[in-house]
Amino acid sequence: MCLGIPVKIVELPDEHCALVEIDGIRRKVGLQLVGNVSPGDYLMVHAGFAVEVLDLAEAEARIKLWEEFLKFEGAGQA
Amino acid sequence: MKVLGRLNDSKLSMQMLHRVRDTATRVTARLGRPVLLMEVCGTHTTVFSRTGLRGLLADLVELRSGPGCPVCVTSATDIEAMMALARLPGVILASFGDMVRVPGATGSLESARARGADVRIVYSPADALDLARANPGREIVFAGVGFETTAPMVAAVIMQARSQRLNNFSVYSLHKLVPPVMRALLESRDVPVDGFILPGHVCTVTGSRAFDFIGAEYGIPAVVTGFTLVDVLDALETLLNQVLINSASVTNSYRWVVRDAGNPRALEIMKNCFYPDEVSWRGLGNIPASGLAIREDLTNWDAGRKFAVEVPPVEEPPGCRCGDLLRGKITPPECKLFNRKCSPAHPVGPCMVSTEGACAAYRVSDTSQPGR
Ligand code: SF4
Repeated sequence: MCLGIPVKIVELPDEHCALVEIDGIRRKVGLQLVGNVSPGDYLMVHAGFAVEVLDLAEAEARIKLWEEFLKFEGAGQA
Repeated sequence: MKVLGRLNDSKLSMQMLHRVRDTATRVTARLGRPVLLMEVCGTHTTVFSRTGLRGLLADLVELRSGPGCPVCVTSATDIEAMMALARLPGVILASFGDMVRVPGATGSLESARARGADVRIVYSPADALDLARANPGREIVFAGVGFETTAPMVAAVIMQARSQRLNNFSVYSLHKLVPPVMRALLESRDVPVDGFILPGHVCTVTGSRAFDFIGAEYGIPAVVTGFTLVDVLDALETLLNQVLINSASVTNSYRWVVRDAGNPRALEIMKNCFYPDEVSWRGLGNIPASGLAIREDLTNWDAGRKFAVEVPPVEEPPGCRCGDLLRGKITPPECKLFNRKCSPAHPVGPCMVSTEGACAAYRVSDTSQPGR
């Protein structure tokens, strides 16, 4: 029941609700707990409500950091 | 979207796993024993099982589950109370799916339904509000089970019911708070945990700072993380390095989702609807200010006050060790009923029912996990 799902906002019919796509099915997601959002933003959704807006650039940076670190380490060991 | 896929990239994860194993090897050498980490969140328990990570680290890292599955920590007495509510004439009890199969003393919500009670499974508390709109002649009671992740959305729904004057909707609040139970666990000193993996989605609401006391007051490191392979391995590497250098900081490794101060809107709406109250946890007993009661000005939407059902206290099922499991004292295979009398088809305790229950998770892959 605690599963959170990252989803992209497809449409914003009103300020309280976003339309998103989960497994190919359009669903309504409550926006009462997050601030201003725009179509294209990503949300963490739990039980039909967005709990946070995702910072995908931060995720990307974290992945990059690991890739570089592992490359550097691999080179050091070779 | 691409980046979300890369967070579960198998090649990157394998390389990260090598690195994590290296660090874990150094930690175990320093400690002279495997390092003992607790994953507080039930979803992390399932990730460790589903991905096989628990088994791949078993020689170096001993993982214990904590009190992080909201269905599992709900006491048998509270389940009986929900069944009593469901049996009241005119009531429709709406619940998350995981809850309905958990056995109380006289059955479960599912068996109550088989005997005529109107129990409906909902995906969201908002669906329960829709039920109230669609059934004006009935009383809709939502079984409010969950931690800080769930409580703000239930609060939002209660506020909506008030503004739309939906007086046939109410919530039976069994919501619980994670920081107080962590404190109770640490105070008991039951298990010598070397580091904590903190519940990522609880922290979206509370913020990572709500857990700073674990390091500051108890000297144990902790890390907030999410549920992809990269999230979990990144957090393990961070946590193991903290153990290695004897650091007791609480780190937020889930910055793409969690803000250090949490979600102010969610915290605000939760405060407007609930107040902290002493509640009973399965396996841990009563803990002060560890639950959320509905505020007096919202009595109309509080099923506890509206219907005032009384049930006698119920003993936990004989032989079931969910309590010890939720305190991190044992792993599922150490329960004598595990895989024998207790299985997903015939669950004895909640930890075998809920998708986030440790016993159900251990069934997925690694039943051969060494116990101690
Ligand atoms: S195996 Fe069953 S009886 Fe044993 S602790 Fe788990 S849920 Fe309880």
